[in-house]
Amino acid sequence: MKKLVTILTLILITGFSVRAQIDPKLLKSPVRDTTKQILNMDAVYERPFITVGKLPVSVGGYMEANWQYQGTDGVSDGHQFQFRRMTLFVASTISKRIKFLSEIEFEPAEKEIAIEFAALDLELHPMLNLRGGMIMNPIGAFNQNHDGPKWEFTDRPIAMTQMLPATWSNAGFGIYGKYYNTDWMFGYELYASSGFDNSIIANGENKTFLPAAKENAERFEEMASGEPLLTGKVAVRHNKIGEIGLSYMGGAYNKWRNDGIVVDDKRRLDVFAIDFNTTLPRLNTFITAEWAWIKVDVPTTYSQQFGNKQQGGFADIVQPVLKRNMLGWQNATLSLACRLEYVDWNIGKFRETGGNIGDELWSIMPGVSFRPRPQTVLRFSYRAQWQKDLLGNPPARTSALQFGLSTYF
Amino acid sequence: MSTRLLLIFGFVLSLVTLMVACQKIMPSAPAEDELLDGPVEGLTYEQSQRFLLGDVAFNDEIFTPEKGLGPVFVATSCGSCHAGDGKGHPFTTLTRFGQVDETGNKFLHQGGPQLQNRAIPGYKPEQIPAGATFSKFTPPANTGLGFFELVSDADILAMADPNDEDNDGISGVPNYSHLAAYVVPPANAIPKDGKYIHRFGKKGAAYNLLHQTVNAYNQDIGITSSYDPIDVYTHLAIDPEISTQTVNDVVFYLQTLKAPIQRNQNDPAVQRGSLIFNQINCAGCHKPTLKTGPSPVVALSNTEFHPYTDLLLHDMGPGLDDGYTEGSAKTFEWRTPPLWGLGLSINSQGGQYHLLHDGRAKSIEEAIQMHGGEATASRDKFAKLSANDKNDLIKFLKSL
Repeated sequence: MKKLVTILTLILITGFSVRAQIDPKLLKSPVRDTTKQILNMDAVYERPFITVGKLPVSVGGYMEANWQYQGTDGVSDGHQFQFRRMTLFVASTISKRIKFLSEIEFEPAEKEIAIEFAALDLELHPMLNLRGGMIMNPIGAFNQNHDGPKWEFTDRPIAMTQMLPATWSNAGFGIYGKYYNTDWMFGYELYASSGFDNSIIANGENKTFLPAAKENAERFEEMASGEPLLTGKVAVRHNKIGEIGLSYMGGAYNKWRNDGIVVDDKRRLDVFAIDFNTTLPRLNTFITAEWAWIKVDVPTTYSQQFGNKQQGGFADIVQPVLKRNMLGWQNATLSLACRLEYVDWNIGKFRETGGNIGDELWSIMPGVSFRPRPQTVLRFSYRAQWQKDLLGNPPARTSALQFGLSTYF
Repeated sequence: MSTRLLLIFGFVLSLVTLMVACQKIMPSAPAEDELLDGPVEGLTYEQSQRFLLGDVAFNDEIFTPEKGLGPVFVATSCGSCHAGDGKGHPFTTLTRFGQVDETGNKFLHQGGPQLQNRAIPGYKPEQIPAGATFSKFTPPANTGLGFFELVSDADILAMADPNDEDNDGISGVPNYSHLAAYVVPPANAIPKDGKYIHRFGKKGAAYNLLHQTVNAYNQDIGITSSYDPIDVYTHLAIDPEISTQTVNDVVFYLQTLKAPIQRNQNDPAVQRGSLIFNQINCAGCHKPTLKTGPSPVVALSNTEFHPYTDLLLHDMGPGLDDGYTEGSAKTFEWRTPPLWGLGLSINSQGGQYHLLHDGRAKSIEEAIQMHGGEATASRDKFAKLSANDKNDLIKFLKSL
C-alpha cells in the first residue's frame, strides 16, 4: 500500500510539475458529451481526458461528494456529509493500435485505494482486439459504465452494486470487437479471469453476497477455485432504437482443492444480465435499465439464509426539462429523473414451511439534476425504500434525502 | 437583483429549507407498543452504551467459518432466530434429543442435547441418532427476560403446588437442576439437594441469562467461549471464538430489553376477554403479575410486571408429550410460556403464528385447543364459550 501511495504521489507531483512547466494552452480538454456512449463497452475510453501537447499520455478522473439525511423506521443518524470517491484515469497510446488505460479509485470511507482497471488493449482487427491485465468483467452495463458524473443519482443502483458486484475487476485476458453498419452497431466481449470465492456464501451480510469477493485481494494472485471465471457479453445498438446487451458470467467459485487434496465439492455460480438504454425521440427521455439473475450452488446442508437464486435490477428515467443558457452556463440542462429498483436476495421457499423466503427490497427515487456542462452534475433526490427480512416480516421503511455533486476533471 | 442571483438565492434557500425540514419527511417510528425491541426506561448513559454493544453483538454480528461458525450449527447469528426480539420461525426451530427422564441425557456422546442440523461447506450436519427421542423448540421472544431473572426463588416456590392442595387441577413444579460451572447463584437462591431452580427455556432448563446465552452461542451457532470452551463438532475444548466481554454485553442487552406494552387496554372487548381469561382459569398457570427483586437497573428493581407465566413446569398432557425432556422436567411437562408480546408474534414469525413449543399451532385458538393435562379444564371451558366470548378472549390475548 505504501508503495502504491508513493507511486501515486509521484505521478501527481510529476503531473503537476509538467503542468507548471508548460503553457496551459497546450492542455487539450475536448468537450464531449460523455453521457452518450457509443456502446456501454466503450465506457472505459469514452471519458474526458486531458492530453499534454504531443505526449502520448492522457489523464482524467472524477469525484463524487454529497450530503445525506437518511432514516429507517424513525431511527436516523442525522446529517451526513460524504466524500464517496475520487478516481483517476491514466491512458496511454503506446502505438496506433496498442493502448493502455488504468483507473485508480480512492474511497476514504472504505480506507481504500484500489486499482479498478489497468489493461493493455492490442488491436489485431476491429473485430478482434486482445485485452489483458486487470480487466472489468462485462456483466450487465453498470459495472463498466459506473462513473459518477454519468448518473443523475448519488447512490449507485442497489442491485448492480450489492447483488452484482460493482467495479468488479479481476486479473484476466480476453478479446473484444465491434462492427458498424450505418445505424447498427454490434459488439462482443469474452474474458477469462480470476473470480469469486467462498465468501459469497459466508459473509457478514448474512446472505448470498457476490460483492464479498471484492474483499479478497488474493484473487489478483491466486484463484480460489483454480478455474477461470468466464465472462461474455454481446450488445447490439441501433442509433434510433437503443442498445441492448446480454451478458453472462460463470464458473466454479469455491476452494474445493487445497494442496492437491479435494476438500469440498466443486460449486459454481452463474450470472445472467440484460441491459437496455435508449433515448426517446422528440421527448429526449433517456431510459436505462438493467436486470440480473444469479444462480449459486449452495450446499443443501448449509443454511437457506444464503439463497441459491437472486434477481434484481433498476430502471432510470431521465427527462430533460430545460436545456438552454442558465446562470451563465451555455447549454446547461435541468432534468427530472426517477429510479425504480428491486432486489430479491433469496428466491425460494423455506424447506420447513413451504412459505416464500423474504429478503427483498424495493425502492423508488425521484430526483432532479442540473448539468452546467455534460461532465458535471448537481443532483438532488428523495428515496423511499421498503425492505423485508428473510422471514418476510413487515418491511422496514427507509427514506433518504441526498444532495450531491459529481464531476469529471 | 438579476434573474441569476434570484435563481441562486432560490436554490440555496430551497436546499437549506429541505436540510432543516428533512427530519419531518422521514418515516416515523412505529408506536412504542408495537415494538418488542428497545431498552427499559431510565438506563444510565453507561448502561445505554452497554445495551448498544449487546444490541450490535446480538443483532448485527454474523458468524462465518472464519469467525468460528459451526462447523455444525443451527443459525449464523443471534438475530437470525429472534427477529425484532420476537418469537422465532420454523426456519430456525431447534431440535433437542436424547433425554427421557431426570437421570440425564444418554446421547451426549452422539451430539446431544441439540441437533446441529446445518453445516458449513465441506462438513456434514448431525443426524438424530437411532433410538433417541426428540422435540422441536421454536425460538422464544427475548423481551422482558431481565424481569424473569429477578423473580426470587421464594416467589416461584410460592406459586408451586406440587400436590395440588387447592384442588384446582393445576400443580406446577420448578425445574431443579445442577448449576453450570460458571454460574453464580444469587444470595437469595433456594437450592434443594444441591440443585437450583432453573427458569428459562421451554423446559425451564436454563438457570439465568448467562447460562442461556452461553448455551445458545455454543449449541446454536457453534461458538465456544471462555464459559463453555467445548466445540460441538469435535467435543474437545478449543480456544474461545467470542470474547467474554461480548457474551457479557449480550447478557446485559437481554437483561435490559423492555417488557412488551399491552395495547388496546380500553377496548371493551379486550376488557371482557381479560375477565374471561380469569374465569376459565387460564391465569392458574399464566399468572398475570410477578414482581422482581433488587437490581442496579432502576427500571428492573423491585417492580411488578405482567408476563402471564408462573415460570413453573406443568403437565400438558400426552398430546404435547414428545418423549424428550431436560433437567428434572418430565417429558409431558412444559414451563408456562409468558403470553406478553403474543399479539406481536405474527410480526416476527413471518406473518403467520407458529405457537406452542414447536410452532405446531397456527393460531391462538388452535394453541388453546391443543392444551391438555393440567390445562384440560380451562381448555374445555374455552370450548364451551360463545363465539363472542371466544373472540373477546382472543382479542385480549392479541392485546398482550
